[in-house]
Order: sequence, then C-alpha cells, then structure tokens
Amino acid sequence: MNTSKLGLDFGKVVEAKKISGKIAHDVQKFVDCYTTVAVERTLCRLISIDGVDKNDVPLPNVVVDQIHEKGLLREGVLFFIGNAIIETGLTPQQIAEKIADKEINITELNINSTKSIKAAIEPYINSTVERISNNVKTRNNYIKQLGEGAKPYIYVIVATGNIYEDVVQAQAAARQGADIIAVIRTTGQSLLDYVPFGATTEGFGGTYATQENFRIMRAALDEVGQEVGRYIRLCNYCSGLCMPEIAAMGALERLDVMLNDALYGILFRDINPQRTIVDQYFSRIINGFAGVIINTGEDNYLTTADAFEQAHTVLASDLINEQLALLAGMHEEQMGLGHAFEMNPEMKNGFLYELAQAQMTREIFPKAPLKYMPPTKFMTGNIFRGQIQNALFNEISIWTGQGIQLLGMITEAVHTPFMSDRYLAIENAKYIFNNLKDIGDEVEFKENGIIQNRAHKVLNDALSLLHQIEEEGLFDALEKGLFADTKRSKTGGKGLSGVVEKSDNYFNPFVTIMKGGKK
Amino acid sequence: MSGGLYSMDQRDFDQTLDLKKIKPYGDTMNDGKVQLSFTLPVPCNDEAIEAAKQLLKKLGFENPQVVYYKELTTGFTFFNCYGTCKHTVDFTSIHVPKVESTKMDMKETDTFIKENIGRKIVVIGASTGTDAHTVGIDAIMNMKGYAGHYGIERYDMFEALNMGAQVSNEDFIAKAIELKADAMLVSQTVTQKDVHIKNLTELVEMLEAEGLRDKVLLICGGPRISHELAKELGYDAGFSMNSYADDVASYIAQELNRRLQTK
Repeated sequence: MNTSKLGLDFGKVVEAKKISGKIAHDVQKFVDCYTTVAVERTLCRLISIDGVDKNDVPLPNVVVDQIHEKGLLREGVLFFIGNAIIETGLTPQQIAEKIADKEINITELNINSTKSIKAAIEPYINSTVERISNNVKTRNNYIKQLGEGAKPYIYVIVATGNIYEDVVQAQAAARQGADIIAVIRTTGQSLLDYVPFGATTEGFGGTYATQENFRIMRAALDEVGQEVGRYIRLCNYCSGLCMPEIAAMGALERLDVMLNDALYGILFRDINPQRTIVDQYFSRIINGFAGVIINTGEDNYLTTADAFEQAHTVLASDLINEQLALLAGMHEEQMGLGHAFEMNPEMKNGFLYELAQAQMTREIFPKAPLKYMPPTKFMTGNIFRGQIQNALFNEISIWTGQGIQLLGMITEAVHTPFMSDRYLAIENAKYIFNNLKDIGDEVEFKENGIIQNRAHKVLNDALSLLHQIEEEGLFDALEKGLFADTKRSKTGGKGLSGVVEKSDNYFNPFVTIMKGGKK
Repeated sequence: MSGGLYSMDQRDFDQTLDLKKIKPYGDTMNDGKVQLSFTLPVPCNDEAIEAAKQLLKKLGFENPQVVYYKELTTGFTFFNCYGTCKHTVDFTSIHVPKVESTKMDMKETDTFIKENIGRKIVVIGASTGTDAHTVGIDAIMNMKGYAGHYGIERYDMFEALNMGAQVSNEDFIAKAIELKADAMLVSQTVTQKDVHIKNLTELVEMLEAEGLRDKVLLICGGPRISHELAKELGYDAGFSMNSYADDVASYIAQELNRRLQTK
C-alpha cells in the first residue's frame, strides 16, 4: 500500500489508525466490564435454547428475564444454566421450557462450584462451536466448487414482507447476476427487544429476521447458486436491540454478510450508546468467527449531513469501526466499511470528488471489501436521471475497486423495488463493470489536481476530527453531534435498562474460543 | 427499422390544442403518445407479446407497440411499450384543493412574523410511528434544508425542534404540550400497506381526545401525501414531494396570523 494514485501521505494514514486504535481501546475498557440482556439471550441461543412460550415470548427472553428480575444478571446466564444442568440433569432447552411453565426458578437452586458449572455447560458450547465451524467449511466448499462473482459483488435487496415471496425475488435476482441478497427487515424490528420466531409472511417495508426465515432463504440461495454456478451470499441486519442474537442466528444458519454497526444504531435508531456498543463487541466476535463480512453504516451519515462537507466524518468513523472490529478478532477481509455516492448531482465536478473519496477509501483500507452505497438522497422520482446517477456510481466503483456494490434502484424514493427495477439495476452495473473493467489500471490522476487535492483535504479533516474525538472520548463526541449532525447522550435512547455490570464470577467462554484463543 | 424513425403516417387528427380535450403529447399536438413499462407473469414468447398488446388495448391505447421485451426470470417477462391514448381529459373543469398561502422566502417570512405575530413561532416535527426515515422531516426542518432551501431551524422567527424518527404519537403530543407548540409537523415516508394513514389518523384522534386539536396547526408531509388527503384525515395542510421549508414556513406564518386575527 505504499504507492498512492492520489499522492496520499501514508504517514498520516498510520497516524489516523493509531489514534483510532486509542479511541477504540478506550471504548473497549468500558465494554469489558458490562453485559446486556441481548448478550445473555445470545448465549442462550448459543447453547441451543430456542422456541417460544405459549404467549409467543422467545425462550431466551424467558430465561434472561427470570434472572434479570432477580437482579442477578451480573453473574451471567451460563452460570445459572450450568448450575441448573447439574441440579436437574436436564438440557438447557428443557430447563428453559420448565422456566416458561413456571416450574423452576434457576436463581433459587443450590449453587455448585464454578468449576463444575463450567464443565456442565461445556458440551453445549462445543457442539455449537462445531456447528458454526462446519458452516464455515460448507461455505468455503461451495465457493471452491461453484466459484463466486467477481468484485465488486452485486448486492441487491428484497423486501416483500413475505419470506416465500422474497425467495421468488431473490432467486430471480441471482439468475440476473446478483452476488449478495439482503433481506430487508420489517420497519421497527431494530427496536424490538426480542427476535420473533418462525416463518413470517407479514411485514412492513421488509421481512422479519427470524431464524426460520434465515433457514428458508439460505436453502433457496444454495439451490439457485447450484443452478447459476455461483455461491450466492445472504445478508441480513445485525443491528438494533437484538444485535448479537441476530449474529448468533446468522452464524447458525450460514449467513454471509451482516450489517453490524453500533454507531448506526445510536445515530439513526436512537439506541442507547452503552447498550449497543457492548452488544456490538460480542456480535462482531461471532461474526468474525463465522466468517461473516460485516457492513458498517457510515453511508447513512450523508443522508442527514452534507456529502461534500461531511465526507471526513465518514472516513473518521470507518477508521474507528476498523479498530473496533480488530479488537473483536475480525480480519480486515471481513470489514465491509461503508461509504456512499451521495453528493448533489447539480454540483460542479461532483463526480471528481466522489471518485477521489472512493479511491482514497480504497487506499486507506486496502484489504477491506468496502461497501459502497448508491445515491438515495437526490433520487427524485425522475427514474431516467436516476439511471444515470446509478451509472456514474457504478463507474466509480469499478474504477476504484470497491468490494460490495449496493445497487441503486431507479425507483428509490418511490416504492420498494419491482422485479424489473432490480433487473435494470443489475444490467446497468454489469454493463459498466465489463465495459470499464481495467480503467483503474489505465488512468492516473493529475498531480495536485482536483482529485488528488480533494483526497488530501478529506484525510486531513478526518485526522483533526479523530484528534478531537480522542480528546473527548467517543461517547462525548456522540453527545456533541460530531457524526451525521445528530446528538446522542450516553444515557439516552432505547435499551439502557438492559445493560448490567459483570460480577467477578461472570464467564463467557465463547469470547476466547471464537477469538481463536486471543483474549 | 427506418420506417419507424421517419414516420410517413398520415396525421389525420386535429392538431389544435383544445383544453377541454387534452391528450398526451409525443411530438405532435394530440398524437396521444405514451410510453410505459411493466412485467407480465408469463414466459417470454410470442403469446406473451400478444398479451402485452392486448393489455395495452384494454388500457385505452391504440396502435400498441412492444419495442423491447426480456425474460427477467423464468416465467416473468418485462416489456417496454408505446401506444396512442384514445382518452381525453377536460382540463378546464379540474379543481385541486391546495394549501392557500403566498410563498415567501426565509427573509420575507421572518419579517412577516415580526410584523404580524411579534414573537417566535414554536414548531415541532417528527417522523412518527415505526417509520425510521428522517429524510423528509430533515429536509424541512434541519438548518441546512434541502436543495438550497434552508430549513425552518435557520429562520430567526421560528423556535424549531426536530424530534427525529420513530417518535410515538404519545411522545410527540407530550412534547407539543411542554413546548406550547404552535404547529406540529408529521413526516411519513414508509407507506407500505397504508401504515401512514393509520398513524396519521391516530394522532388526530389523540389530539382531539386531549382537547388540543384546535390549538395547533397540524401539518403532515411525505411522498404519498397530498393536501386533499391531509384535509380528509383531519389535518390543516399536507405537503407532498417537491415542497420545501419555504412552502411550509410561509404557510405556518400566514395561517397562524389569520387564526390569531379571527380570534
């Protein structure tokens, strides 16, 4: 990464990463001391507790609520379940069912030694770890056998609300050339403090993320992948109040890509910063272990803040997100850091600025499968101009070697995509990706020209913003509205009541195992 | 194909504009030309093309032409078509209810408020219910505004609070009471299965139950909202696509002034 087409000063990049590392470590010191109801429910899922009670309350919630009501969640759910296994001789699932039937309170049992509790829970942990490892092998085998699309991966969305209808749309998109299918979640799911159960056919603006829906779509994409001779990746949304639970479900059902960004939830869903930062750490550990590519949501900053003036906030946030992901044991190859093509189309030389920023992001994160987001803010309903906006966006992507191309739809701001909208978007991308295939290798940028200077400015601005964040700490920076022109307080937002300081006895073996033995 | 490019067809229709009978315009008055595209759930073959043409005829098009077709996936065929519309509309008899106010720019509105109301107007806005989209309310309220139109926060004579997305109707009303809001702006972007209608109606009902409905200017906006729909749902005004902060701000200033004077 020592040659830059932009004449970037890599000394500054190194400095920026160092500061971001400090900011991330600072956050991590906080994270290490806490758990949340979502993390504990995730642990239930990872020891194979699933299903719902007679009121449709998921059993992981039933178990965690029983402990939390007693104010004992600081000990961790694995402690109580492990102890209950010894006392009752039942499996975690059977214990959860007994809790649901109000036949047992696992906080009131005779307490065994921590050593024996850990031993009792170990087989359940090992069997899940093995299942997820096998999923990774299965994915790798598919990719070896079938191959995969060339980068940028073509990413499209299905959003019918009905998982069975989503299957029809997803398979059609794969046949047309999509490499990644994202099933948009129903409006408001990010604010539910539980994950619904079973196959679902009703949703607003999207489909519920449930483990059964994951399974249905996974099977459909494996089927169409065989047909088209390409492994088709499945994406969902590991964000909101159930962030780590979704990560666990995705790992169990072999999802490949996950939106996974606490900053996004804080800024755009008003989720409590402490809650979601703690949730994010465990979810990224799971995603890291499961070979999932995460996507971060910096692109969204530019839907509320100006894309030209605030470009450096995107870069600064990408740098912080990279460091947070590294702390969770993720590889750079798994970091789909987000950025976007969102400048006002009426802006003179806007294309050059977008090109500069995309190339800059590429050079600063050379191994990351960058997630590049299409124009949305200035899509107007003029579908004909929209097709051109999307074409310019596609040109930059192939030119600068982006990793994941979230295709723009001409009917953005009008309705959820028709089958034909998706076809036109894929046709547009494939045409440009082929027609301009090697332009990045052929064209260099003028020294000190508009493009180079733009990249230098964004990097400089990001660097000074990072200095400011380092001084204040990430939480205080968020309180001041440094990202997306949105202010979020450390104690505001949804989900704070689910954050608990861990006791000295607390244990979660998945952290060590999934980080490959690293603490 | 050159025949289609330089059409020698007789143009045996009246080419004068008659506002009582208007038709789509391609390149000649009253030619009635329309372009449209759609997908039919059938495999791509001659029968599919014929089906597309028959559909166009049923839609009121003469001389239907399928200029492009493509099977999107097994059993679904996409068409681009042209046709000649035979229907007309009487433009002279159309009446669309509109927000009645004179559009002023930021300075003019601020001056108008200073001179006529003499205090700041308090406005709160939110994207309510489960709707997570702030693009609409941000465009109208945020300092920066949208497409060169500054948002209401930038006006000297407005005290503006943008509560953001996913605000419950309860919280929205509570904030209105707390700040003694003169006007409430509701944005609704997600409209699938008419969830916006339910949400908007609920807000009106709750305000009525609290005895607040007559005390505030209640305004809604969004891509699928018209002034007519807004009135029907019990709002004072509705703003659709291509409305900016100036439209909303001028309306609030003038309507509030009108109400204060008739009191």
